[in-house]
Amino acid sequence: MTGEMIAFFFLALTAIAGGVLLINLTNVVHMVVALIFTFIAIAGIYITLSAEFVAVVQVLIYSGAITIIMLFGIMLTRHQEKDRRAPRLKVILTGLAIGLFFLIMYGKIKDLDFGQQNAELHIDNTKKIGIELYSHYLIPFELTSVLLLVALIGSIILAKRDDDEKEAKK
Amino acid sequence: MSSVPLAAYLLLALILFCIGLFGALTKRNAVIVLISIELMLNAVNINLVAFAKYSINPGLTGQIFSLFTITVAAAEAAVGLAILIALYRNRQTVNVDEMDMMKR
Repeated sequence: MTGEMIAFFFLALTAIAGGVLLINLTNVVHMVVALIFTFIAIAGIYITLSAEFVAVVQVLIYSGAITIIMLFGIMLTRHQEKDRRAPRLKVILTGLAIGLFFLIMYGKIKDLDFGQQNAELHIDNTKKIGIELYSHYLIPFELTSVLLLVALIGSIILAKRDDDEKEAKK
Repeated sequence: MSSVPLAAYLLLALILFCIGLFGALTKRNAVIVLISIELMLNAVNINLVAFAKYSINPGLTGQIFSLFTITVAAAEAAVGLAILIALYRNRQTVNVDEMDMMKR
């Protein structure tokens, strides 16, 4: 039992526990808070996979930005105190289908192993990612910035109140 | 050197993906459906980063790909929430099964 295995075990347990809490809790705000644990544990998993930069981005974007934006979405809309459950039959059928999917996928991946290569991805991780992004992946990188701009403007236009329509009704 | 096998990471990602799929299909609150989809995207990111380290040709490609996925997921969350707020203003509901204007 190496230290890496112990770290992986605890991080995986935290991540799965957060997911199970998301399914079982009834208060919507509690669900989002449970998912913060999952996101931070996944950032730890990235560190054990020698991807430090992705781990920091995960903490910033997921447990920071996306969780806060979801909390805003909850606060700005009115909810029933308890999240009413879906019909029982639907839950059981969905659970069975997903269980089948899980078993099939598990049968495929349980023996998958390519052997351990001596990859040294953790050395100068951020620097190497930066060089790759600005040389080999330059065009996708710039396209991503256009996508973010479109999403920004699009969400502002979607969420803003239509004043013209209201005046037309009066 | 005995470290965590690739299959363990893939299994963790599979479990998280199944939890996210279950939440997205059975929950009735639209915010929770959106956040379950984020969980599914996160599971995919774990797979990408795990294969970046433990594949036949280890390299940074998987990590860079996961960065792009995170960006697209953030844009998706913002647009999804904007649609949700516009819908709430018109219908006063956030329940997925009451959003059926296109079925009528």
